[in-house]
Amino acid sequence: MSARLSSPNIQLNELGKLHHFLTLEGLKQPHLVEILDTAESFINPKTKEIKKVPILRGKSIMNLFFEPSTRTRTTFEIAEKRLSADIESLDIQTSATKKGESLLDTLWNLQAMQVDMFVVRHAQSGAAQFISQHVAPHVHVLNAGDGQHAHPTQAMLDMFTIRKHKGDIFDLKVAIVGDVLHSRVVRSQIQALSILEAREIRVVGPKTLMPESPEALGVHVYHDMEEGIKGVDVIIMVRLQNERMTSALIPSEKEFFKLYGLTEERLALAKPDAIVMHPGPINRGVEIESAVADGPQSVILEQVTYGIAVRMAVMSIIMSNAAQLSQYKSEQATLDLEGHQDSNPSKEEK
Amino acid sequence: MTELDINTDTLIEEICKKLQNSAIIQQSPKMIGIRTGGVWVAQKLHQQLALIDPLGIIDISFYRDDFSKIGLNPTTRPSDIPWEIDDQHIILVDDVLYTGRTTRAALNEIFDYGRPASVTLVTLLDRKGCRELPFQADIVGMSLECNKTIKVTGPEPLKVTILDQHGEIA
Repeated sequence: MSARLSSPNIQLNELGKLHHFLTLEGLKQPHLVEILDTAESFINPKTKEIKKVPILRGKSIMNLFFEPSTRTRTTFEIAEKRLSADIESLDIQTSATKKGESLLDTLWNLQAMQVDMFVVRHAQSGAAQFISQHVAPHVHVLNAGDGQHAHPTQAMLDMFTIRKHKGDIFDLKVAIVGDVLHSRVVRSQIQALSILEAREIRVVGPKTLMPESPEALGVHVYHDMEEGIKGVDVIIMVRLQNERMTSALIPSEKEFFKLYGLTEERLALAKPDAIVMHPGPINRGVEIESAVADGPQSVILEQVTYGIAVRMAVMSIIMSNAAQLSQYKSEQATLDLEGHQDSNPSKEEK
Repeated sequence: MTELDINTDTLIEEICKKLQNSAIIQQSPKMIGIRTGGVWVAQKLHQQLALIDPLGIIDISFYRDDFSKIGLNPTTRPSDIPWEIDDQHIILVDDVLYTGRTTRAALNEIFDYGRPASVTLVTLLDRKGCRELPFQADIVGMSLECNKTIKVTGPEPLKVTILDQHGEIA
């Protein structure tokens, strides 16, 4: 399955627009900017309120959570409801070894319940893409996190939060601190920041929590926290993914905090107006101290709110693209028919 | 090709007069413009009538009935109604009333905010004869047959150009 991850364009339709949303890999700047701009249109600029709108009325969205999630699942559900879609959420706890056939059987059964879109969270990398390859052509798949591979809506809500505070992303220095190795969020963030041409992307963490050649991702690698966050505009802290660690990669959580925890003293090394982000759930005292998490530079809870608007944007763009594609196809069919009639000599001139 | 320019200042003034003579003006009405052209018209009316409450703006893109055909409007922006709708007398302003579908969408959106006491529909131009839904404006700047196509540009200057059914300027 992992070999297929290098061909992400199965998420685009014939017009080059999003049909599924599986990964940011292979997407272009206009795809991302469209998501950010559309998300903006759901938020009242003065009250920050996200109103319910009727555009996905009659559409059916099913949230398939094969792995537990609170924030992502809840914000997806809220986003779907604010788009007026009919929604159903299923917790499907299943072991990875059982996946293959049973996953597809589950999927086809659910698809038979007239679903337009699946939102999928799975512990296995590539699961969302696997599902997207087996659904009917009119069914769309959104990746809500697959193993260590990707979490594209999280990365997009992070980009949205950054853009809200800092304007254009291309001029910014961004440091991502923590467990880079296991984090699908970091992979997607790096892709998003690269596509949006951030000035400098840094990853900061111990060697044991870095992939083999992080430089290949186009990032600057720092093993020293103070060096890594010096002068940056944005600090993104990520959680230690204990559940994904198969062996002891850090001496202890206490030791990790000593070396990489974000404290007020360390935060002072970044630009004075730097923002602090965290995709959650936060481990206070492990990667971030409470004074910073709850402090004036923290935008952690805003990220959660913006997650609703960004997920609304992705879902409405995908359904919009489907509508435009079918309109395009029916226009093409009409043109073909007219062309055919014109070439028919028995037909009168118009 | 000659251009048929409508003097929008005169039309706006006439609409203001009609509004001032109507009962609605006694009921401290609040005004909403429909993006984009309706907002341009509403801004002028709002200023000339010296309404106290700020102008509300709605973008009906998310309320259109043709999403399944044409998808999202890429220029959609958030609606902004900065006061409570409940029990208020609303003056709803659009630039052109044609099929009535925009009015339907706007009313639906307004009712998602609350239950107004009344809605008065004002339009700068009314293209008569092509209505697809049963809506009529309460106050109209100018009526014309629906085989005339209209182009409204703005906000300054607010300009209306009338073209005939072949797309040529009448």
